[in-house]
Amino acid sequence: MLREGQIRIPAGCAISSIFSKDGKNICGDRIVKSMGVMHDRSNGLGAGYAGYGIYPQYKDYYAFHIFYDNTKAREECEQYLEKHFDIINLSKIPVKKTPAITDEPLIWRYFVSPLPTKLAESQLEEKEFVVRCSIKINTKIEGAYIFSSGKNMGVFKAVGYPEDVGEFYRLDEYEGYCWTAHGRYPTNTPGWWGGAHPFAMLDMSVVHNGEISSYDANRRYIEMFGYKCTLLTDTEVITYIIDYLTRREKLTMEETAQIIAAPFWSTIAAKPPEERARLEYLRDTFASLLITGPFSILVGFDGGLMALNDRLKLRSMVVGEKDDMVYIASEECAIRVIEPELDKIWSPRGGEAVVVRLNGGNR
Amino acid sequence: MGINYIYPEFEVIRDTARCIACRVCERQCANEVHRFDAELGMMTADDSKCVDCHRCVSLCPTRALHIEKSRHTFRENANWTSDKITEIYRQAGTGGVLLSSMGNPQNIPVYWDKMLINASQVTNPPIDPLREPMETKTTLGAKPKKIERDNAGRIIDNRSPRLTLSTPIMFSAMSYGSISYNAHESLARAARELGIYYNTGEGGLHRDFYEYGPNTIVQVASGRFGVHKEYLETAAAIEIKMGQGAKPGIGGHLPGTKIVGDVSATRMIPEGSDAISPAPHHDIYSIEDLRQLVFSLKEATNYKKPIIVKIAAVHNIAAIASGIARSGADMIAIDGFRGGTGAAPTRIRDNVGIPIELALASVDTRLREEGIRGDVSLLAAGSIRCASDVVKAIALGADACYIGTGALIALGCHVCRTCHTGKCNWGIATQREDLVKRLNPDIGSQRLVNLIKAWDHEIKEIMGGMGINSIEALRGNRLMLRGIGLTEKELEILGIMHAGE
Amino acid sequence: MKKVYVNEKWCLGCHLCEYNCAFANSGLNDMAKLKGRTILPNIRVEENDKICFAVNCRHCDDPICVKSCIAGALSKSPEGVVEINKNKCVGCLTCVLVCPFGCVLPDENGIIGKCELCTKNSFGEPACVKGCPNNAIVFEER
Repeated sequence: MLREGQIRIPAGCAISSIFSKDGKNICGDRIVKSMGVMHDRSNGLGAGYAGYGIYPQYKDYYAFHIFYDNTKAREECEQYLEKHFDIINLSKIPVKKTPAITDEPLIWRYFVSPLPTKLAESQLEEKEFVVRCSIKINTKIEGAYIFSSGKNMGVFKAVGYPEDVGEFYRLDEYEGYCWTAHGRYPTNTPGWWGGAHPFAMLDMSVVHNGEISSYDANRRYIEMFGYKCTLLTDTEVITYIIDYLTRREKLTMEETAQIIAAPFWSTIAAKPPEERARLEYLRDTFASLLITGPFSILVGFDGGLMALNDRLKLRSMVVGEKDDMVYIASEECAIRVIEPELDKIWSPRGGEAVVVRLNGGNR
Repeated sequence: MGINYIYPEFEVIRDTARCIACRVCERQCANEVHRFDAELGMMTADDSKCVDCHRCVSLCPTRALHIEKSRHTFRENANWTSDKITEIYRQAGTGGVLLSSMGNPQNIPVYWDKMLINASQVTNPPIDPLREPMETKTTLGAKPKKIERDNAGRIIDNRSPRLTLSTPIMFSAMSYGSISYNAHESLARAARELGIYYNTGEGGLHRDFYEYGPNTIVQVASGRFGVHKEYLETAAAIEIKMGQGAKPGIGGHLPGTKIVGDVSATRMIPEGSDAISPAPHHDIYSIEDLRQLVFSLKEATNYKKPIIVKIAAVHNIAAIASGIARSGADMIAIDGFRGGTGAAPTRIRDNVGIPIELALASVDTRLREEGIRGDVSLLAAGSIRCASDVVKAIALGADACYIGTGALIALGCHVCRTCHTGKCNWGIATQREDLVKRLNPDIGSQRLVNLIKAWDHEIKEIMGGMGINSIEALRGNRLMLRGIGLTEKELEILGIMHAGE
Repeated sequence: MKKVYVNEKWCLGCHLCEYNCAFANSGLNDMAKLKGRTILPNIRVEENDKICFAVNCRHCDDPICVKSCIAGALSKSPEGVVEINKNKCVGCLTCVLVCPFGCVLPDENGIIGKCELCTKNSFGEPACVKGCPNNAIVFEER
């Protein structure tokens, strides 16, 4: 059986997220509880979580979460890391053995910062340096896979149902201002740990429910800019597109949404002249980054969260608000189970981005 | 007259029971095949002159006529086919180069027919184009290299000049001279009504058609016929013709007999003089020279017009295209070896160049590998025959397609491949006044509009099936294609998997 | 009133209109049955050198043929079509002499035949227009 990266595996899914605009600490068990009610939207072949604000004591360091198939891969990878980074702390990620989660790889966590000499030598921006190094490890060191590499955030994922994965990673021991989660229903087994979602790149993490029809058009275009779609999943290419548009082209999340879920030409034509020109420019310039087919995505980033549906809204997604809290999930029940009394609940229209940010900027 | 070695290729079959001797066949055949024999009191035909253009068949009011391929045969031989033998007879008789027209008729793989298109099932929904918006609007031109903002943070429109098409199809270059005034008028009017573009070819732009300028691509070819400031300024885009799929490496030759009246004025050459387009541009002997011409034309038009460079699909097409993409050109038109022509040496037409499908795939791949795909738009030409060919071309990586022969067929062309005789019975590839008037642009333009609208409907239907509601998401989306009956190598070049994979 | 108009710019001189007319008014069910007959169409193509165009009844506002008919066989219908009642025609051919367009002609029985815009045959609309391959003959309001 071919795994992610050897064959393209489309998947249906459940997604959920919690965000505190005031930056209050939310315990990880809340998001696990939310996912639990959407059990039937997953099939046990992958689930995961991303938490933001979970490593305050190491917030200036890149937190690498790495899967190793064996000790040899770990040794080789650690050698590489030592050559390129200053490793502040390393440990196994604490897990709780459960019968529902089996065949786990070695799961390690490193807090690192690039070695100034190596960084200067590379002539790259710091973030780009980190990205290149993690791509290098994932593609060149057999059996090693970095699945989380941002600052003050972390991804936890595995093959299993969401509630079991949450328990396995002991998420009740973490607190953060934002959580996103994903339960996977791949239409083609096998479900590999690295292939579970969220898919993350630096501090950006993406969870996605859908199957995009524009996949290869997007992939072949984004690969021109140095990205390598090794997993062949929608989430991977969506993450690269968002990374490219926000980090490299310095576009805002809102502008990014207007590119990947661009308004129809007829909608653009009906806008006032200045807005029309702007939307036309974005759609025309980044034509090959338009994503079609059903998707609902949650993009976690440093200090914020974006939710976006495809422009026809072919996947469900609801948003609930209570005081400073924002809840976004595939189904309303996933919100109600953790917050029965909402101030407001609505379903964003197709292509309408919902962006929430920490009040008073990043901490 | 000695021995006649050549037996007619076609036989005119007349149902004498249905023929009412109205003589429309006789009046409409420029090849003078039909004749009313007063003594016999009936119509007769000289099969040897028939080119199988079907004008008589189409106009016969009692359906008394049809044309059959002659059953007359040479002794069967897979090597010495009747074509090869007949051609030798012809050359032994004349001592000349064989001429023919239209695209390569040889039995060489048509890769469009060996690729199959995907559709959505279960995991994502097909989209019904009758219920949901389905977008085929296409813009062509180089993408900006980086985003620029003003002091207020607003994005500055730094795009280079572009073309906007209602659907990714354009009419390819066919010169006034090679085709008639009425054919040009039909193309121009249809392009305007459809919101697409037609291409003047290298024969200049007739004064009457300046009004269609916003939908006109003007060509600058090696002969530079009809090129002047106003010609360039009138157009929406300028195309530098480096080569043509039907005859790569070969120039053009419009005989003096066709350089009459308006054709002469439009080409800006004296009446009766042969119009010879040299094989190379004599100011372009290498890629750096091309860059100079590209920028000369941009300079001449104040950087307001996109520049297209048209090349024939030849063996090292990917490297050539890469060079062109770095020359400042905004678009590259690639013309495959099945592309049409008004006249080409038969041997060139049938043996030089490569299929558009392979050329397009390898160019698109190469430009992406080099990270410069966004710097140019790719136009695919050279026998795009139907909506699914367009869909496949776009999935392979084309931005839009040029259709030439397809458009002429809509106008009545029967692909009889005798354009070079100048006696087109359908009023298309001729300058003979009585023949030209057979093509009424009111009818012609409407038929072209119908054709493109029909294709657009079909493209939308196919896209909907794939769950794609915008043509951008189909561009280069090779995962939507699978090969059938292709070798590993062919699949590798096309960049697609085999059906079942 | 919609009438048949001819644009000589697009007339190819193919004469198909003549045969379509003859067939429409013949009552036959297959044009092939015109075989061997001499047709007497109500529309005729005039040709000279490079010019050709079809001519048929103009259905004049004040038709001189109607005025001159001694038998009351020609009349103008309420819609404006100049019609012939073949039962009344005595074959005096006065109308043939007065028609300035030469569009009234005797039929094979010596009585008058003329274009009635296919209103009386099974076609219902002018057969010459329908069959013209180049839109040189049109049926329209002007």
